[in-house]
Amino acid sequence: MHFAVFGGLYNNYLALQAAIDDACRAGAEALYCLGDMGAFGPYPDRVFPLLRDHRVICIQGNYDNSIGNGLADCQCGYTDPRDNYFAKLSYDYTYANTSMENRRWLRDLPSEHRMEIDGARFLMCHGSPRKTNEFLWESTTSTQFLEKLADDFGADVILATHTGIHWRRELSGGRQFANVGVLGRPENDGRNVVWYALIRTGRDVAGAGIDIQFVPLEYDHQRLAREMRDESLPEEFVTTILTGWWTTCLEVLPSKERRRGQF
Amino acid sequence: MSTSTESPAIELQALDELWFQVSGTLCNLECTHCFISCSPHNDSFGYLSLGEVERRLEESVPFGVKEYYFTGGEPFLNKELVPMLAATLEYGPATVLTNATVLKPQWLRELRAAEERSLYSLEFRVSIDGPSAEMNDPIRGERTFERAMQGVQLLVEHGFLPIITMTRTWDEADDVTILDQFRDVLRGRGYTRPRLKVLPRLQIGAEAQRTQGYADHDVVTHEMLRDYDQSQLICAHSRVVTDRGIYVCPILLDSPAALMGDTLNEATAPFALQRGACYTCYQYGAICTNPSSHVVEQQRGGENDL
Ligand code: SF4
Ligand code: SF4
Ligand SMILES: [Fe+2]
Repeated sequence: MHFAVFGGLYNNYLALQAAIDDACRAGAEALYCLGDMGAFGPYPDRVFPLLRDHRVICIQGNYDNSIGNGLADCQCGYTDPRDNYFAKLSYDYTYANTSMENRRWLRDLPSEHRMEIDGARFLMCHGSPRKTNEFLWESTTSTQFLEKLADDFGADVILATHTGIHWRRELSGGRQFANVGVLGRPENDGRNVVWYALIRTGRDVAGAGIDIQFVPLEYDHQRLAREMRDESLPEEFVTTILTGWWTTCLEVLPSKERRRGQF
Repeated sequence: MSTSTESPAIELQALDELWFQVSGTLCNLECTHCFISCSPHNDSFGYLSLGEVERRLEESVPFGVKEYYFTGGEPFLNKELVPMLAATLEYGPATVLTNATVLKPQWLRELRAAEERSLYSLEFRVSIDGPSAEMNDPIRGERTFERAMQGVQLLVEHGFLPIITMTRTWDEADDVTILDQFRDVLRGRGYTRPRLKVLPRLQIGAEAQRTQGYADHDVVTHEMLRDYDQSQLICAHSRVVTDRGIYVCPILLDSPAALMGDTLNEATAPFALQRGACYTCYQYGAICTNPSSHVVEQQRGGENDL
């Protein structure tokens, strides 16, 4: 089988449309999204028709849980007052601009998706299999921790998002963990592209096993930036879209990931 | 007075962090608020050896430990700390809690190289109790602000991004002002993207003399734990390796009941929250882990119909 997995959308419907087109062109037979439909970008309601029309199988992120249940914040757990200021701005904007129907849809999303494909047990989650808002960064997640998750949750492949930066680790017995990155914003590497994963199993793989490819995706980021300005979203967010550097909510980055960025 | 039978017990949900009490209770400083009363003469807990740390790292693998923390006292008083951290970085991310007053360039060069070789981050958490000598020195000792700031500069020059942690000795409402002041001071010293974290005060050890200690009613009850996110408590996901065995958390070293056994396996039992310090943990939550690992409870709605 050949399928595509998207991470957080953060309202970036332009990148979502581009990713759907790109994945279908590559031959993906099924599309998945690991949650966090809202935050950061403009016009929250625009991602939902795309997800429904293309039958993207979705799971619930912390943001979706918050918006869906009308909670006070995004549950990202920021402690720095400046981070909280920006997190609240985009949360309030997203909440106010998400229709009742879409909020209900977010509320009812499942928190994980399991499937067995070509003999491999896949577990899709948002942060980690044990907690929706757990950050799994490459530089702060030990291999034995991932091995234990794979054991405890009976999975051969665990797929997650939530941090915003893609990475992958091979585990024992041919098992794997992958953080698929996000479509919502670039990866704090000075590039404008966003990332998703294409996964092949069974006869779709040249060799044996499971093939996970991370795909850099170009989309009309200039238009996204214009629309963010039209909606009076913070210039700090626009800068991230235009430059590829993160400007806010940096406190959650571990030092290795933080060092690669500019701020 | 509450008795231990009334105290609720906290299960070890998963051993996510393993702490090393690597310099015991020995420290070159003698801060008035030190919650385990460390000093140059307090050797009630001693140094760990490199061999001991290596053995514990191996022992920790089946538990799926996610991160390792090094504390004391002052960890850099342990002459084997640099090879210990290098060894740890082969197993997972490492964080050192230091006062940054005894750092040597040679150590930092070696550590930077070890981190470059590793998949994992090496974090430095530097304790400084305010943005000025006037705020910090009365608590941490004469000239300690200047010495620690020089340590921070040295870390930054070696490519590290230390997290400055302050114990709150002011009103919580003043956090924003103090964080801003500190950011400016650090930028003035060449630290262009300062990372800062405020910790609550723990009223035990030397701090109990400095202020007033805990009142008898400052205990955690079963009632209080109902609907409470227990993962906010360190004892729900950590244990500490000391030269006397495995303790429940890095805060309760003074309490004999907190010694849980000689092996990690023996140390996985639930722990009854009978101490005043448990009350502070309860109020403020995850006080010791890094922001990158900090997890808040996922709230479940449901009653809330749209
Ligand atoms: S608070 Fe830290 S630096 Fe101060 S005496 Fe205690 S261990 Fe040493
Ligand atoms: S002091 Fe905190 S971490 Fe330690 S046993 Fe009490 S509640 Fe748990
Ligand atoms: Fe998320």
